[in-house]
Amino acid sequence: MKKNDFKKQLLIDFVSIAAGYVLMRVLFAAGIINTYWQGIVLNICINVILTVSLNMTSGFLGELALGHAGFMAAGAYASAFFSKTLKLLPVIEFPAALLIGGLTAMLLGFIVSLPALRLRGDYLAIITLAFGEIVRNLLKNMDIVGGTKGYSGIPAYTTFTWAYLMAVICVLATRSLINSRQGRSIISVREDEIAAEASGVNTNTYKFLAFVFSAFFAGVAGALYAHYMRFLQPGVFTLDKSIEILVMVVLGGMGSIRGSVISSVILTVLPELLRSMSDYRMLAYSVVLIMMMLSKHSETVQAALEKVKGMFGRGRKEEVHS
Amino acid sequence: MSAFNQFLMQLINGLNIGSIYALIALGYTMVYGIAKLINFAHGDIIMVGAYISLVLLGTGLPWWLVCLLTIIACAVLGVVMEKVAYKPLRKASRISLLITAIGISYLLENLFQLIFTANPKPYPGFITLPPIVLGSITISSNYYITFIVSVTLMIILNLFVQKTNMGKAMRAVSEDEGAARLMGINVDTTISLTFAIGSALAAIAGILYSNCYSPINPTMGSLPGIKAFIAAVLGGIGSIPGAVLGAFILGMVEAMTKAYISSQFLDSIVFTILILMLILKPAGILGRNVKEKV
Amino acid sequence: MTNVLEVRDLGINFGGLRAVDGLNLDIEENQLYGLIGPNGAGKTTVFNMLTGVYEPTDGTIKLNGQLLNGKKAHEIARLGISRTFQNIRLFKDMTVLENVLISLDTQADYGLFTGILKLPKFHAQEKAMEEEAMSLLSVFHLEGDAHKLAKNLPYGKQRELEIVRALGTHPKLLLLDEPAAGMNPQETQELMDTIETVRKQFNIAVLLIEHDMKLVMGICEKITVLNYGTMLACGTPDEIKSNPDVIKAYLGE
Repeated sequence: MKKNDFKKQLLIDFVSIAAGYVLMRVLFAAGIINTYWQGIVLNICINVILTVSLNMTSGFLGELALGHAGFMAAGAYASAFFSKTLKLLPVIEFPAALLIGGLTAMLLGFIVSLPALRLRGDYLAIITLAFGEIVRNLLKNMDIVGGTKGYSGIPAYTTFTWAYLMAVICVLATRSLINSRQGRSIISVREDEIAAEASGVNTNTYKFLAFVFSAFFAGVAGALYAHYMRFLQPGVFTLDKSIEILVMVVLGGMGSIRGSVISSVILTVLPELLRSMSDYRMLAYSVVLIMMMLSKHSETVQAALEKVKGMFGRGRKEEVHS
Repeated sequence: MSAFNQFLMQLINGLNIGSIYALIALGYTMVYGIAKLINFAHGDIIMVGAYISLVLLGTGLPWWLVCLLTIIACAVLGVVMEKVAYKPLRKASRISLLITAIGISYLLENLFQLIFTANPKPYPGFITLPPIVLGSITISSNYYITFIVSVTLMIILNLFVQKTNMGKAMRAVSEDEGAARLMGINVDTTISLTFAIGSALAAIAGILYSNCYSPINPTMGSLPGIKAFIAAVLGGIGSIPGAVLGAFILGMVEAMTKAYISSQFLDSIVFTILILMLILKPAGILGRNVKEKV
Repeated sequence: MTNVLEVRDLGINFGGLRAVDGLNLDIEENQLYGLIGPNGAGKTTVFNMLTGVYEPTDGTIKLNGQLLNGKKAHEIARLGISRTFQNIRLFKDMTVLENVLISLDTQADYGLFTGILKLPKFHAQEKAMEEEAMSLLSVFHLEGDAHKLAKNLPYGKQRELEIVRALGTHPKLLLLDEPAAGMNPQETQELMDTIETVRKQFNIAVLLIEHDMKLVMGICEKITVLNYGTMLACGTPDEIKSNPDVIKAYLGE
């Protein structure tokens, strides 16, 4: 990246992030987005963090991870425990709780990355799955955080501003990491591990980095979730939750940050729109899912997509990897 | 009951759940071997089998006809699944296939929930042979029938894969699809057959499982499905004897953990064993360690 | 002349199979060395041991006097041995430039936070890396393709890009595994000229696996012939040509 381009990019980023924030605030204030949908917007922010962070391991590092909900759970419970136990000023306590959530998940990310150094592909997917289930099983049996009954009375710290800010930080940090030498090395592991090693890349270091980075933001998302819902139950953080996030990543395109953001918006809003269908909602969701995967790989749809892409000019750098 | 009898009971429990895992794990491992696909919808075939047999039993058909029709229905479902959802994606990335399989799993679960509601339905057990009495312990017919049926099917399957031409074709396709095609093997038929057999075994597992653990519900298949998959990985995925061995080990570990260590922490213990196993022996107990060619 | 590479009694077992046995190699600075032998003779296995992909069962490998046994592949790459692969292994979905930047990573040292926060050191080092990458690419006239995806390059250029990438780690010894495979005689000749230039320009030794006998005999200063994993002969091209064992086993005349 040339330095001038970089400055231009920085300006564009800043203006669009600020504009997005102001726009949402205006829509909230004017009542165009009602309280119910304000909650959905907040969920979108949390899902953006979850999706973009999972993209780090599944999209950029190229490892199928089925335990993202486990990191989220760890972050949620740790941060909730922190802010329930210590009664500090919210201004100090919440950022600290977010950090605690992120760091706790990061520690677990470190543990999960250890088998990742030896195993790849489906085996690693099973390990991450098993890990997520272990976290949930342990939480179920920890009476100090409510066990199966759930953990209630968590202070309501999460506001739109906080969620938006964290989502922005996650997206920018991920993009920035990917556009650095560390990010390139992570992608090289996905592309060809043996060639990466032969080119001097310590693949273990970068697998480790990707897992820890990914877990950190999942933990932050969990912390936001905890202080928004004010009630946690182990039953939320199931394999289904991990899969829900993975679906968002795959739909947005592996290794595309912009795609992850767009697909988290769509897949958070879509179930809400389908809510009127009540019983048919999940059925419709599964059909849409299968159709999307099928069409993604059908040649006619591919050709049509290429045309649309052509109309909007060439994709940005990050999309080269998708 | 004496400690020894207690232990024997747990052994029998382990064998029972192990045989059901084994039937499911066989389907997983065969499909994985041939299509390199983790068929997440496989566990739901158990549920489909359970509900179909429930409905058929209600019509008053004899039990053997119910079983036969259920098996055929599930085999057809397996083939349809393969043709509609997996075949168009054969060249797609593994992860796309996985997501599609998850989509099918959701589809089946929600479809059956719509038809039969989410409320558990009692399943009329129809295996009513006299129990076997060994000293002071009694083994109910469900238990020994499940075990006998499973073991018999595994032996037949193994013979089929080792001795018949279709079985050899299956092994050839899982070894090298391209080469198998060049040798004149009809790859599409072989893959469909694999799905059919896997689904038929899952249907039988569904019937046996429902007999032992009534009532049934639309998500009943997902947990045994995941456990069976773990068993397949434990034994060395792609390997038929491996899947059986893995399933019995898993069943045994579960029964013993529940009885002697902790039923609350059962999942944590089982999954920790799995993780350690994979780290120590990545290819599974009977799996082959394939080194990437440089 | 000092030896860049010293290999003594190198051997490896795969299960019960002795794939390479008792191999000695001495490669001098800036030397162009040929490793030949029939298919399955163990040539690529030797490369894999030299670069840390396989761990030798016995014997020693020394680079400039430093023992390489037990070192990881990426450590060996950073110490000065780099390689290409028989079946091209590029980072296919990355651009040509990024492929080279990966190996030039060995020349940068900015930290994680410098990278994420895009501090001045990031810009300075990235600029230097990009400039060096472009100048390396220009050796093979690939600078015009810098922003294409590696998988979209024609076959011959992919092979050349692999060599460029291998040069990015600033090697003292470059291992080329059949660099001319699939090329026509004219392309092969051009490639060999470029290898010669590279060797002189960057002052590195080259160890070459090649099937084209005429080519190997023409350009290599020294040759080792492998057969069934053991060393059949070693010497100058003229000595090899007249060695009766080699003629019997390899040339088949």
